[in-house]
Amino acid sequence: MEEKEKNINPDEQQEYVINMGPQHPSTHGVLRLVVSLKGEIVKNIEPHIGYIHRGIEKMCESITYPQIIHLTDRMDYLSAHINNEAVCLNVEKALEIDIPDRIKVIRTIMSELTRIQSHQLWWASFGMDLGGLTCFFYGLRDREKILDIFEETCGGRMLVSYNCPGGVMYDIHPNFQKRVKDFIKYFRKILPEYDQLLSGNVIFHERSKGIGKLSLEDAISYGITGPTGRGSGFSCDVRKHEPYSAYDRITFKEILHTEGDTYCRYITRIDEMWESMNIIEQLIDNIPEGPFAVKMKPIIKLPEGEYYQRVETARGELGVYIISDGNKNPYRVKFRSPNFVNLSVFNHITKGFKIADLVAIGGSLDLVIPDIDR
Amino acid sequence: MDKIQLGEYIKSIDQDLGIKEGNQYIEVTVPPSKLHSLAKQLRDDKEAQFDFLFCLSGVDWGQDLGVVYHLRSTIYEHVVVIKTRTSDREYPQFDSVSDIWKTADFHEREAFDLLGIRFTNHPDLRRLFLDSSWGFPLRKDYVDDINIVTK
Repeated sequence: MEEKEKNINPDEQQEYVINMGPQHPSTHGVLRLVVSLKGEIVKNIEPHIGYIHRGIEKMCESITYPQIIHLTDRMDYLSAHINNEAVCLNVEKALEIDIPDRIKVIRTIMSELTRIQSHQLWWASFGMDLGGLTCFFYGLRDREKILDIFEETCGGRMLVSYNCPGGVMYDIHPNFQKRVKDFIKYFRKILPEYDQLLSGNVIFHERSKGIGKLSLEDAISYGITGPTGRGSGFSCDVRKHEPYSAYDRITFKEILHTEGDTYCRYITRIDEMWESMNIIEQLIDNIPEGPFAVKMKPIIKLPEGEYYQRVETARGELGVYIISDGNKNPYRVKFRSPNFVNLSVFNHITKGFKIADLVAIGGSLDLVIPDIDR
Repeated sequence: MDKIQLGEYIKSIDQDLGIKEGNQYIEVTVPPSKLHSLAKQLRDDKEAQFDFLFCLSGVDWGQDLGVVYHLRSTIYEHVVVIKTRTSDREYPQFDSVSDIWKTADFHEREAFDLLGIRFTNHPDLRRLFLDSSWGFPLRKDYVDDINIVTK
């Protein structure tokens, strides 16, 4: 027996293949990874996707523009409001409608609240992936407060469908401003606790620093956007580069870190939560008066042509590409979803690391599977 | 470069390319045979540097099948749209650009999966979302037998 154990050398063993998922808790959805291993070292990952492919792009071809809003909710369900905004902005751009300031400001505040709650849930599950169960409770506790604000104003908690072409569905609730201000006050006190719990933890540093490095050149070539790309120093914030809604009238900085490892992607998202709170604070006290929606024709028909709109979701750049032939249905809709593109780099940055690091790297990419499959 | 300068710049590469000023970006129509060399030049040229392929979409234009590439330069912030199309619906084929922009790998697999467009020299061209027995749903002549999508 002793003799036998001595002879086991992981380097000389053959590669073997295991399935991770589609029902693995750390893939955060139905994502199946076929992992080739040599000992404990990951040699290759092959993502198998399509388990929840609903054909949203095909469905869009047979429905009207206001109906598309309700499908985009279901792509990246944690950035539901921002997805809706992308379609609305694109339709408004095509029809050359001037949007009143009130709508722009409301949309921007809602987008930033969405970003904070998305990052909170990411932080919660990322902490849990790495073995810190307390993170999950803390994250969800604070996220609940934002969902309550959504519920009061939009009626929905997660899939809000609050935007519509020409404005928003309803005016903001009378309590909205007070509740948002209360939340910011509360969360400014709570966010340093996140750092105490995870960011400064030595075990966490050991598991995240230097793991899953992505260089700037590769980030651009793979098209990695959002906090994942900015963690590698890729300046890709659409809010800065091509401002939409009310982002051109406020001052905020684009969070950039240059190391490109798991820890940098983590710290980028934490910093973004601070920055989102700054943005909301600049706007919440001066929401201009005015209508909450522009009157639109009952049947919206886009003029013939092609329209492209980019927005910054919590996970990266979402592009909505509409080809219209002048009918009430689009001829072709393409969603350039950030998660789909971010998944493509998974194999590249995980090669050569241990299988436990695979979970950490996957968590730091912050994948939402319905957005990959569409 | 703004739209007009970009148009002149692309004219200087090749006279025969169709250049159209779209409502947002400048659109260049290129025959499939020249696609790969143009793409490579657009990325490598010092004045253009289109290093970021931010969207690749397969489109069924009715008669033709085509691919639309949205390119941006992260240095100069200018955007160009490249379109290419073929009338061969049986075996539509284009050169893969996944050796120029690595992000094209997944995008091209998606276009192959949903529209049946083949890309030569692609490292791993397999169906992405659907089973291999499925048709190509984003084509306009796709028959939706069991009414999954349309009512």
